[in-house]
Amino acid sequence: MLCALAAIPILIAVAVRLSSAVPAGRGPAFLDRITQNGLFVGVTALLVSVPLFLPLTVGVVAGDTVAGEAGLGTLRYLLVAPAGRVRLLLVKYAGAVAFAVTAPLVVALVGAAIGAALFPVGPVTLLSGDSIGAAEALLRLLLIAAYLAVSLMGLSAIGLFMSTLTDVPVGAMASTVVLSVVSQVLDALPQLDWLHPWLFSHYWLDFADLLRQPIAWDSFLTNLLLQGGYIAVFGALAYGRFITKDVLS
Amino acid sequence: MTAVGPATELSIETSGLSKRFGHQLAVDGVDLAVPKGSVFGFLGPNGSGKTTTIRLMLGLAAATSGSVRLLGQDMPGQLHEVLPRVGALVEGPAFYPFLSGAANLHRLDAADPHVPAATRTARVHSALERVGLTHAADKKVRAYSLGMKQRLGIANALLAPRELLVLDEPTNGLDPQGTREIRSLVRSLAANGATVFVSSHLLAEVEQICTHAAIMSAGRLVAQGTLAELRQAGQARIRVLTPDPGAAAEVLARLGLSAAVDGAATPAAPGSTDSNDAGEVLYAPLPAAATAAGAGAVAPEAVVEALVAAGVRVRGFATEQVSLEERFVALTGEGFDVVQ
Repeated sequence: MLCALAAIPILIAVAVRLSSAVPAGRGPAFLDRITQNGLFVGVTALLVSVPLFLPLTVGVVAGDTVAGEAGLGTLRYLLVAPAGRVRLLLVKYAGAVAFAVTAPLVVALVGAAIGAALFPVGPVTLLSGDSIGAAEALLRLLLIAAYLAVSLMGLSAIGLFMSTLTDVPVGAMASTVVLSVVSQVLDALPQLDWLHPWLFSHYWLDFADLLRQPIAWDSFLTNLLLQGGYIAVFGALAYGRFITKDVLS
Repeated sequence: MTAVGPATELSIETSGLSKRFGHQLAVDGVDLAVPKGSVFGFLGPNGSGKTTTIRLMLGLAAATSGSVRLLGQDMPGQLHEVLPRVGALVEGPAFYPFLSGAANLHRLDAADPHVPAATRTARVHSALERVGLTHAADKKVRAYSLGMKQRLGIANALLAPRELLVLDEPTNGLDPQGTREIRSLVRSLAANGATVFVSSHLLAEVEQICTHAAIMSAGRLVAQGTLAELRQAGQARIRVLTPDPGAAAEVLARLGLSAAVDGAATPAAPGSTDSNDAGEVLYAPLPAAATAAGAGAVAPEAVVEALVAAGVRVRGFATEQVSLEERFVALTGEGFDVVQ
């Protein structure tokens, strides 16, 4: 799955390289900047994968955590070992979080690497108008990846909870991914304004603040708080469900 | 059902154990008493609640009512102290198909925080050796046969020294050699002082290796005790092989025994309906007192004497204990009429 994620920036970079100049203002944001600065491949790739690709892969990993073991039948042997239900849940969530951290990092780093290989790399002009060197730009790219990793932790907790509800991993994966899409659809309906700040996907694309000088940390902190809330709620639900679950698979 | 003396230490003790799934009572008031050091056969037709009982015992599922004590400690309350001393094979083996056999055992062993990691490789190796899987240790489990997976499952139960082994259908999918190996493995475990709790529907298997047994039917425990006690509950009988079934039946009737001709049903004389030299087989239940050689009862040797005196050509004679199978069928129902 990490390979599939890594393919996104490569695809973007190669497509832009092979086609003639991209007309400004068409396609995903920053796409037209790639030919001038290869580092933008990473940013563009992250931007493209946020709505579906990243939640999809994270949903698959988080949905598989407990339900995957149950589906294989290994869950009963882990519990009889005895692994301890709380310990098992924590280790499984840690695994899902590790993936949520790795996934955007892979997209960003592969993007930066392929961008540097195919296009010139130079100073980057930030949204605030300031210009920073390539090294610091790379740092900002990693910051965006970290922001997205935090964004995906709430979804991982939801996936973990879904995973404790069923013995069929595909069901848990699908429902997690569907929930992330539903959340984004709700976020797009202006009639539901009051709900938006509570949706776990609401701040997913708000990493633009990290591209200002000085960095505005507000959105990062708001996002962290919101994701923390989701982790607490769905972590507790997963705990409540799993601790009393009859393991019959 | 025989009560086990209070002096006997019990490895497994359940009282009034019940589990309800929706409207169905899968386990209904089960009172198991498994003495320490015994090889305990847990019998029952498919769907009689054996595996559910095992799941309740191991804390995988919560009982609707009743309690379980394993190795003298409460389950699931003291689960973390008890389970490291228990090895289990529950409802068939389950492994990660993309990992090798040894890697699977490493992973499951790592799941238990109570065992030392330093000795892991050695313990995995010796467990694989005990079940004869050393040659396939590095093969992916995906490529294992059913019997090899079964052995790997047993190896998992043997990863650490255990005081109690709970083996659910341990010989499932094994070839005759494998079955024999498992039998001797179970015996050696018992000889080392471990209690082995074997669930099975293979009665011959249980008769060969077990010291005690319990029989489940439709979620209830219908019999429990030592094998001898279980057999005694049934009636002994005599078996007469003779070409003069009519005369023999008369003699037996005079002795107060009701004979039944059962030529075809016995494997010893298949097809006895045609002109078979050996003759026919007669069965007659022997009153319980006879086996104990009580006064006034018919001794088996007296039956032979009477038969010979009456000119019946006796070609075979035996007294038979009721087999566990007959006892099992008597308790749980015949054929597809098994109680659900």
